[in-house]
Amino acid sequence: MLKVQSLNVSYGDLQILWDVSFEVKEGEIVVLLGGNGAGKSTSLKTISSLVKPMSGTVEFLGVKLNEVPSHKVIDYGLAHVPEGRRLFPDMSVEENLILGSLTSKARAKRKETLEWLYEMFPRLKERQKQPAGTLSGGEQQMAAIARGLMSLPKLVMFDEPSLGLAPIMVSEIFKIVEKVNQQGATVLLVEQNVHHTLAMCDRAYVLENGRIVLSGTGEEFLNNDHIKEAYLGI
Amino acid sequence: MEVFLQTLVAGVLKGGLYALIGIGMTLIMGVMGIINLAHGQFMMVAMYVTYTLFHFLGIDPYFTLLISMPSLFVLGILIQKYLLNPLMKVDSILPENQVLMTVGIAMVLTEIARFIFSSNYLSVKTSYSSSAFYVGGISFSVALTIAFGIALLLTFGLFWFLIKTDLGRSIRAVSQDGEAAELMGVDSEKIKMITMGIGAALVAAAGTLLLPIYYLFPDIGGPFTRKAFVITILGGLGSTVGAIFGGVTLGLAESFGATYIGMDFEDMVGLVIFLLVLLFIPGGFRRLTKV
Ligand SMILES: Nc1ncnc2c1ncn2[C@@H]1O[C@H](COP(=O)(O)OP(=O)(O)O)[C@@H](O)[C@H]1O
Ligand SMILES: [Mg+2]
Repeated sequence: MLKVQSLNVSYGDLQILWDVSFEVKEGEIVVLLGGNGAGKSTSLKTISSLVKPMSGTVEFLGVKLNEVPSHKVIDYGLAHVPEGRRLFPDMSVEENLILGSLTSKARAKRKETLEWLYEMFPRLKERQKQPAGTLSGGEQQMAAIARGLMSLPKLVMFDEPSLGLAPIMVSEIFKIVEKVNQQGATVLLVEQNVHHTLAMCDRAYVLENGRIVLSGTGEEFLNNDHIKEAYLGI
Repeated sequence: MEVFLQTLVAGVLKGGLYALIGIGMTLIMGVMGIINLAHGQFMMVAMYVTYTLFHFLGIDPYFTLLISMPSLFVLGILIQKYLLNPLMKVDSILPENQVLMTVGIAMVLTEIARFIFSSNYLSVKTSYSSSAFYVGGISFSVALTIAFGIALLLTFGLFWFLIKTDLGRSIRAVSQDGEAAELMGVDSEKIKMITMGIGAALVAAAGTLLLPIYYLFPDIGGPFTRKAFVITILGGLGSTVGAIFGGVTLGLAESFGATYIGMDFEDMVGLVIFLLVLLFIPGGFRRLTKV
């Protein structure tokens, strides 16, 4: 479904990604693991065409996304829930959600999708008129996820959705990610949180200093002591 | 007491027009992150459009709104597309360079106006230019009252557009987080062009509405760019509701300054208020209104 091939990406003179390749198949949950500064967010931004690669391709359902302007990416059914939520802080929760449904297809179903998401996130319904910037961290993450789902995506990319949340909230967010997957969307999840993610994913990749150094199924990762020690620190 | 009320009325009416000037500048500030130092010059261009239509074709100044606003809308779009957006694509160019570009645009517009119309003072005299009506002993300039009414309508329309339409929401989204907006499918370059167009059209309306009670010469843009700047800062840099407060405050300050201190001090009082607000409510009225 999503095929990332030999990406080399740099900011100015500083190369960040080196020959990065990975793949996400329809229906999967794939996790991209890696420490701070490994290049996880840069990978997602390149897929979303916010960052243009020096070389390599991003292919999604047969379309070369690296040749598409970033605002067109969502039209192809790919939603990106960015690191740090990136809600529109002065707008209400509902307005934030509405902004997730600007494509013509999503716009036509805006009302139904809103109702569905309010059912899934009752907390957001309670806070629909409140400025997004005033929500708690966990609620903001829910709003960011819901905003991403408003476009009725085929594939959702989550960039560290558990970042900075209390432990209870972290589990809840991962449950939501699984639920999104069960309801039919393919998931590419970027995380540092190894414990939760390996158990729930189909496959995982480890990114280190901008290079993919490991890949395998979640189970393989969890059962390999060497891998656990060397790369995952558990 | 009557003098006081009279001054208050004059200040509020003028403030309505100032709000229109300030809202345009504020929208541009919010979306582009730059101060548009050609704002008053956009207004000057609109005033010459109105003058030309009135003088040569005899069209009533208020009807020329239908031409001056779209003309400046298009001018704003073209300037953003061909002069400002390209600067943003070059990494090494700082946003400050866009501000410098607006200064250049301001100069070019002024000199073009001087070339075509010379430096003479021009005016548009209509039957209502100097007429007034009275309510309880207070005089209301007809032209200024009409201008205030139209300014109110335009402001109302703008807020409706910003709050209720997808395009308006997209404009606000870009001003709050351009990259996130891009992820939502918003073409931020297009939004910037449209915003510059709207800002220019709003200040065009102010210029056209002001012309029947004002005068016109090529350098009139500068003082109004300054006023727009003051209003934007008063309003809290990027807050449209704040800009309304900023506009009315400046209108009142000038009006009271002219009445109680002296005509020559009109501008100075505005600037003193500006400094006081900077000192005592840094962040402007946005701090108070939160919108
Ligand atoms: N806009 C940018 N300009 C320059 N360097 C950047 C930029 N964004 C990220 N980097 C650098 O790229 C590297 C990878 O960053 P990132 O992809 O955000 O890592 P991760 O998401 O894995 O923490 C880091 O060293 C970071 O400092
Ligand atoms: Mg990151």
